[in-house]
Amino acid sequence: MHPTDRRYTKEHEWIRPEGEEAVVGITDYAQNQLGDVVFVELPAVGRELRRGEAFGVVESVKSVADLYAPVGGTVVAVNEALASAPEAVNRSPYEEGWMIRIRPSAPGELEELMDGAAYERHVQAEAGA
Amino acid sequence: MLNFVGAARKADEEAGRTDGSGERRTPLYGEHEALGARMVDFHGWRMPLDYGSIVAEHRAVRSAAGLFDVSHMGEIEVRGSGAGAFLDHLLTNRIGNLAPGRARYSPMTAPDGGTIDDLMVYRLDEGRYLLVVNAARREADWAWVKAQAGGWTAVDVEDVGDETAEMALQGPRAAAVLDRLSAGAASALGRFRCRTAEVAGRTVLLARTGYTGEDGFEIYCRPDDAVALWRAVLAEGRGEGVVPAGLGARDSLRLEAALPLYGQELGPDVSPLAAGLGRFVDLDKDFVGRDALQRERDAGLPRRVVGLRLVERAVPRTGYRVLDPAGHEVGRVTSGGISPTLGAAVALALVAAEVSEVGARLAVEVRGRPVGAEVVPTPFYRREAERSDASHGSAVHEGA
Repeated sequence: MHPTDRRYTKEHEWIRPEGEEAVVGITDYAQNQLGDVVFVELPAVGRELRRGEAFGVVESVKSVADLYAPVGGTVVAVNEALASAPEAVNRSPYEEGWMIRIRPSAPGELEELMDGAAYERHVQAEAGA
Repeated sequence: MLNFVGAARKADEEAGRTDGSGERRTPLYGEHEALGARMVDFHGWRMPLDYGSIVAEHRAVRSAAGLFDVSHMGEIEVRGSGAGAFLDHLLTNRIGNLAPGRARYSPMTAPDGGTIDDLMVYRLDEGRYLLVVNAARREADWAWVKAQAGGWTAVDVEDVGDETAEMALQGPRAAAVLDRLSAGAASALGRFRCRTAEVAGRTVLLARTGYTGEDGFEIYCRPDDAVALWRAVLAEGRGEGVVPAGLGARDSLRLEAALPLYGQELGPDVSPLAAGLGRFVDLDKDFVGRDALQRERDAGLPRRVVGLRLVERAVPRTGYRVLDPAGHEVGRVTSGGISPTLGAAVALALVAAEVSEVGARLAVEVRGRPVGAEVVPTPFYRREAERSDASHGSAVHEGA
């Protein structure tokens, strides 16, 4: 159900390792909960993020949500296309709608995050709450 | 991402949109569930926010048509030989000269000129009027109307909200779709007209009114007929892009059309004059609140509701501060969002009169950061037929 090539946070971000770097976005469940995404605010390239630090904001027609760094590291790229086409987050949350590319400072942090199966249990628990 | 569901709920509570008591359901609740709607609490009513995408439903209304359940609205009947005179006393707009089969929008004010609600008046026949009021104001309006009618002979008032369901079919395809279900009654009905009609074999009150800035109809029916009508309209319109549409699209559509929403652009401390509704206030007749509104007009309005267009993409939300170039607060956003039609951020805002002229340069504070904004003419969106009609100097107000 959730892609198995990445890890997940309780706050519904995903992070996919790519060599020395990793790509971060929000999950399909998250975009569905938000509804139509109309604005995404992303950090400057080069910014240092601590694990759990708010790095951006995603706004839908009806709500505002902070984005949290799944791991600490340096922002090496952001998805510029979202400035003019934020709806990509709804259409393709796992690919086209990615948000930032980060160079993790402590790669071990990634292993502490949930895998797809654990995240599915987390979603089920939250949806049933 | 943690806070999204809670954030929306918290905003609703802070804005007084939920009361925490038991939810009410419209006769179409089961239809919404079956269509997979995202349901939200709206002033104590369990209503569809969207059926998948607010933006898609918004666009469908602009290009084809959308069907809205608005059964949560309140209805009050006013009857008797004195009904017209009573409504002239109760409402800011002139109602006594409204002909049978016609509809008119009006604010309703308190003695201090503050707005109690804004509503539609339908003159059903010689001695019978229907007032359609906001869901959030049903109880307050009914108490007010009943109390006001107390001193009048030859006037009967009745709360018929629970015996009335309502749906709205809005958009350029609405007339054609309803024509096929009503033997042509829909397109024969002029704007702001109403009549009893047969739609899909059910007797309804059919009115060519709405709250989206599009051509369209509001259909008032018995609650027992609502499901059959809803299904018939959706089935008839499906082939030409008619979709069910929720409160999310209703809100973004009315914002583009710069139609006020009670509790945002209008309230007990915002008069219809401040809200830019002066053309629906007839100071040449006597009505509750007239003297206060006359004084307010004579003294000059301290604040006005204006349209703002932001210079960059950012989301202006209700309650955000409006700043002058020096950074001083000069008002607040009352409603705002990214307009799907314009692709730009727009807002209605209540601002100091000194900064309310079209062209004034202001800023909206979006999450702590001032974003440039310009006062622009409203509505933000005008449908084709109105754009080409030079006689429409201002928005056709469809309100309530």
